[in-house]
Amino acid sequence: MPHITNVMICTCTNCISNGALDIRDSLDAQIKRQGLQDDVLVVPTGASGLCVNGPILIVQPEGIFYQKLKGKDIPNLVEEHFLKGRPVKSLMYVPPGEESPIPELRSIPFFKDQRLIALRNRGLIDPDKIDEYIARDGYKALAKAVTSMTQEEVIKEISDSGLRGRGGAGFPTGRKWDSRRKDPRTPKYVVCNADEGDPGAFMDRSIVEADPHSVIEGMAIGAYAVGASSGYMYLRMEYPLAVKRIQLAIEQAREYGLLGKDIFGSGFDFDLQVFKGAGAFVCGETTALVASIEGKIPEPRQRPPRTTLWDKPVVINNVETWANVPVILNWGAKWFAEIGTEKSKGTKVFSLAGNINNAGLVEVPMGITLRDIVYNIGGGIPKGKEFKAVQTGGPSGGFLPASLLDLSVDYEQLDEAGSMMGSGGMVVMDENVCMVEMARYFVAFTNDESCGKCTSCREGSLALLEILSRMCNGEGKPGDIELLEELGEAIRDASQCGLGQSLPNPVLSSLEHFRDEYKAHIDEKRCPAGLCKALITFNISEEKCIGCRLCAKKCPQEAISGEAKELHTIDQDKCIKCGVCLDACKSEAVLVA
Amino acid sequence: MSKIKPEDLDKIGEKIKRTMLLREGSCRVKIIVHMGTCGIAAGARNVMKALMDEIEKAESKDILLTISSCAGLCSSEPMITIEEKDKPAVKYVELTAEKAKAIFAGHVLGGKIVNEYALAAGSERTL
Repeated sequence: MPHITNVMICTCTNCISNGALDIRDSLDAQIKRQGLQDDVLVVPTGASGLCVNGPILIVQPEGIFYQKLKGKDIPNLVEEHFLKGRPVKSLMYVPPGEESPIPELRSIPFFKDQRLIALRNRGLIDPDKIDEYIARDGYKALAKAVTSMTQEEVIKEISDSGLRGRGGAGFPTGRKWDSRRKDPRTPKYVVCNADEGDPGAFMDRSIVEADPHSVIEGMAIGAYAVGASSGYMYLRMEYPLAVKRIQLAIEQAREYGLLGKDIFGSGFDFDLQVFKGAGAFVCGETTALVASIEGKIPEPRQRPPRTTLWDKPVVINNVETWANVPVILNWGAKWFAEIGTEKSKGTKVFSLAGNINNAGLVEVPMGITLRDIVYNIGGGIPKGKEFKAVQTGGPSGGFLPASLLDLSVDYEQLDEAGSMMGSGGMVVMDENVCMVEMARYFVAFTNDESCGKCTSCREGSLALLEILSRMCNGEGKPGDIELLEELGEAIRDASQCGLGQSLPNPVLSSLEHFRDEYKAHIDEKRCPAGLCKALITFNISEEKCIGCRLCAKKCPQEAISGEAKELHTIDQDKCIKCGVCLDACKSEAVLVA
Repeated sequence: MSKIKPEDLDKIGEKIKRTMLLREGSCRVKIIVHMGTCGIAAGARNVMKALMDEIEKAESKDILLTISSCAGLCSSEPMITIEEKDKPAVKYVELTAEKAKAIFAGHVLGGKIVNEYALAAGSERTL
């Protein structure tokens, strides 16, 4: 007999690190204690989306959304909600700046404006149960493809839908498949690129954790369309939960005969294995990725000729691209093509991170404005601070300033604005972020991750890093800006793969939109955001200081002196510019200049 | 498990369809059993068990059974509310397992309000 209440607990990596597994155990224990085990079922799911507020519970059928749960909340929650039927307001979501909670998930702005295709099963199924995926029309698209469609028909459907690669470059998926289908060499391969490494990005991990079968089904359909019989799931070792879930899902699919020989009695054979990458960022680049699978040093290769695996044709698509495929076959290319903009169809998953209230995972129709994502879905900037920039596309992308907030999110528009769609990282920055320091951070990342094959990338990123570090240390020189630009363009032109070609983007786009900040660092030795330690001093305002001694007590250097109710002063020789006094002061008397 | 055929997908789906409906929150009829302290004391749990059995027997896949708190008329518990799409909700009062079965047959499956046990159609306005 089915239960009357299903408690969906998010067990993605984010929520687990916030204690979701303890919450689950406590729920099970309390439900048993109240004798409700026949009524209430606890279901582990993945990627509920509002990761910053985890651990998260969604109680169905009412759709009540609970967040930021602690172990001690659970006995009361079980007794009140599940035994007495009274949802617990104090554990519900309260929108930023408001007082009353919103009980239902579907009324919360964060969820209301999203459109789920790739994440269609998030929060609805247990990723470890293949039957639940099947109950949500799972594997129907594969059945349809292999039993009633030709390879050409499948490819035509994907082409007509307008689906483009979600890994970043946006290459039309149907065209990629068609060229591999026409390649006479055999055997052929399909690969899922889940080597997600951008700082602040976790879309691919979340999809694999929440709905591994959607990726497997998409890959099987792609394999059928191009004539491949084996595939690799390239997943990084740093994602242990995703590895575990996809491995279990593959085993379950094999048991049902959805992977293996003669799938659905159609004569089509396909099997899949997990390849664990060691976590090098460059392996997200397709030629480096295949080199890694082949057991070689993961260095990008020259293209053309087209990327091959063991010298045979291979289709490499990103996790999100594969997850879209079954839906397109089930619902039709026409339906899919009606979502989005003229050239960018469907939806895109973004991981929203940085200075944003609702940090988490969102899926939105293409064409939505950045403003809608940041303010309506993301809930704006914490503590009422000003928006400064949003960084899309990770270390390969660029910074977009407030003046571009009304830009609509599609591949072309983001490119034109000097950024890129990328795989979907979206880092929001407030007024207190120093753009020079941010550019330095991203260049430090790519410098670290450069495989070293091309001098322009290996040495060029180091040269950029040295200049940017100098600026942050107050040692910027006239001519540095021009040097950065010249270097950036040279690195872009002379590097072989996407990593090198795009690594100057954070520098070049911040120079374009925030040139004044660079100038202030060089000419005035001033950091406008008040962040670069070498360029700032902390002082206490004579007018505002009330002599409460809060800052003096907290200062780790004992650099602040002054009697109670008298003006305090900071000893600049002792001050390490840690900013503790700034956070401690309640009278806004600490000044950063 | 032997290899599955395309038509098996629907069979697997059917088996847990009601669970999935519950999670999606979509249904033709929603039955709410009021399970406040008053309701539980008056026997709401028996009413709920009876309804669960009936749903099972009828093999219906489009009915949601859920619980809620006290409906405000404690003296008339156990109570249930039946919600159908685009129709006013109906509240039934002073229920027993037997009455609940009759309401299930008449209203939920038959589509006719069982006047004998009904309190009123419609719900209070909220906000």
